[in-house]
Amino acid sequence: MNYIESIGQYFMMLGDLFKKMTKGSVLRRLIIQEINDLMTNSLGIVVFISFFIGAVVSIQMALNLSNPLIPKSLIGYAARQSIILEFAPTFISIIMAGKVGSFITSSIGTMRVTEQIDALEVMGINSLNYLVFPKIIAMLFYPFLIAVSMFIGIIGAYLAAVIGGFLSSEAFLTGMQQDFIPFQVAYAFIKTFVFAFILATVPSFHGYYMKGGALEVGRASTTSFVWTSVIIIVANYVITQILLS
Amino acid sequence: MIKVKNLHKSFDGTEVLKGINTSFEPGQTSLIIGQSGSGKTVFLKCLLGLHKPTKGDIYFNDKTYNDFTKTKKSLLRKNMGMVFQGGALFDSMTVYENVMFPLRMFTKMTKAEMDNRVTEVLDRVNLSNANDKFPSEISGGMQKRVSIARAIVNKPKFLFCDEPNSGLDPNTATIIDQLILEITKENNITTVVNTHDMNSVFEIGEKIVYLQGGIIEWEGNNKIIHNADNKDLISFVYSSNLFKKVRVAQQKGY
Ligand SMILES: Nc1ncnc2c1ncn2[C@@H]1O[C@H](COP(=O)(O)OP(=O)(O)O)[C@@H](O)[C@H]1O
Ligand SMILES: [Mg+2]
Repeated sequence: MNYIESIGQYFMMLGDLFKKMTKGSVLRRLIIQEINDLMTNSLGIVVFISFFIGAVVSIQMALNLSNPLIPKSLIGYAARQSIILEFAPTFISIIMAGKVGSFITSSIGTMRVTEQIDALEVMGINSLNYLVFPKIIAMLFYPFLIAVSMFIGIIGAYLAAVIGGFLSSEAFLTGMQQDFIPFQVAYAFIKTFVFAFILATVPSFHGYYMKGGALEVGRASTTSFVWTSVIIIVANYVITQILLS
Repeated sequence: MIKVKNLHKSFDGTEVLKGINTSFEPGQTSLIIGQSGSGKTVFLKCLLGLHKPTKGDIYFNDKTYNDFTKTKKSLLRKNMGMVFQGGALFDSMTVYENVMFPLRMFTKMTKAEMDNRVTEVLDRVNLSNANDKFPSEISGGMQKRVSIARAIVNKPKFLFCDEPNSGLDPNTATIIDQLILEITKENNITTVVNTHDMNSVFEIGEKIVYLQGGIIEWEGNNKIIHNADNKDLISFVYSSNLFKKVRVAQQKGY
């Protein structure tokens, strides 16, 4: 299928998925299930990656700041900036495109090839609403995950810098609080919301409209990961251009 | 009662169904037979409204999808049950939850009423000790039973089954066939079954439609099929040596 057609189909999907809402009591259970699958189950890997990325970022900063005229506290400042602005929202979202994204594509894709989606439709259920809407709602909690990532990342940066003996605890904390611009945090969370929406819908699209059998489910997951990452990277560029320049 | 008038269906220019005319009566199991790839599933999915016909009309008790309002359409949907080829059970739900699902979605029953009804239909398909198992934990024959239970739990007026006994051993296949036949009689359901299983043809073929090359080549029932003079049908139904002998016996009047 050509790209233009796919893009059109994607936006039609977005329109259709809000029609004919699933019964409230059923929807509530689905949303709780999705929050568990998509958010809670991702907490571990997010904490793990954020901690070590934070640590590495601050070690790199420290090793590259050899000029004695530049204050050491800059390490804390630079670590905060790079973690809040890019590493937590963007880098973690790419990881999530692999984890959450391929989970979404393969679970919806499997339902497609085993006719479970047809079974929903036969019963008169809007399968798009039933399957995708709860994922979008669950992903509203994604900024919480990214906030955790920011927090853990900065702790990682602090510990690596201070334990590694690159600078004192006070210097790091001074740097970390230096030139704090609240709008930059807003910027980080605005893009987090956009990424959350992409993470919920693009992999769903790839799973929902797939054709074939088990082999194609695997293929769709890979394609889905590539496209979700590409779209996140491009969206990141566009949002940054609009909001920060 | 379902009437099909001049039904056409194509995919990207390839015509799969080329003008189907037939009808299916309540209280009867009607079979659609034909080789793999002859369009049985496509036909069934047109009846179900999962495929939109390219041309032609399908009438459910003299009304077509086209004259139905949205609410009427969903009402019709609630009167349909479907047993998919692979069962299409929801893997994230237990057997019990699968069967309860249509009730929870579409009725205002209390929990106790739902429990009663689910237990009743699970008993009906002789499956009462697998409630908490997941679809992946039960055999193919059991999955088919669950699928039938889920299809009839909401008391449908129309039941569709896509190759309900493919992949089952002959014994289990016969049990499933009988189950479908009995349920159809008990509840006066209009039942349409896709099959290429010759046992089913003779056992439950109260009406038989032979689909070949996108059209109906022969229509009849299991009592007269041995007298059919359609070459394709004969070579299809009586392809095995066993059934060739059956035909000879049938024509002699056994
Ligand atoms: N969604 C579809 N898109 C395109 N072609 C299809 C689709 N579904 C079925 N077909 C084609 O229609 C023909 C009949 O298929 P089907 O109804 O599944 O046969 P069967 O009688 O074995 O159930 C096949 O040639 C198949 O390739
Ligand atoms: Mg088929």
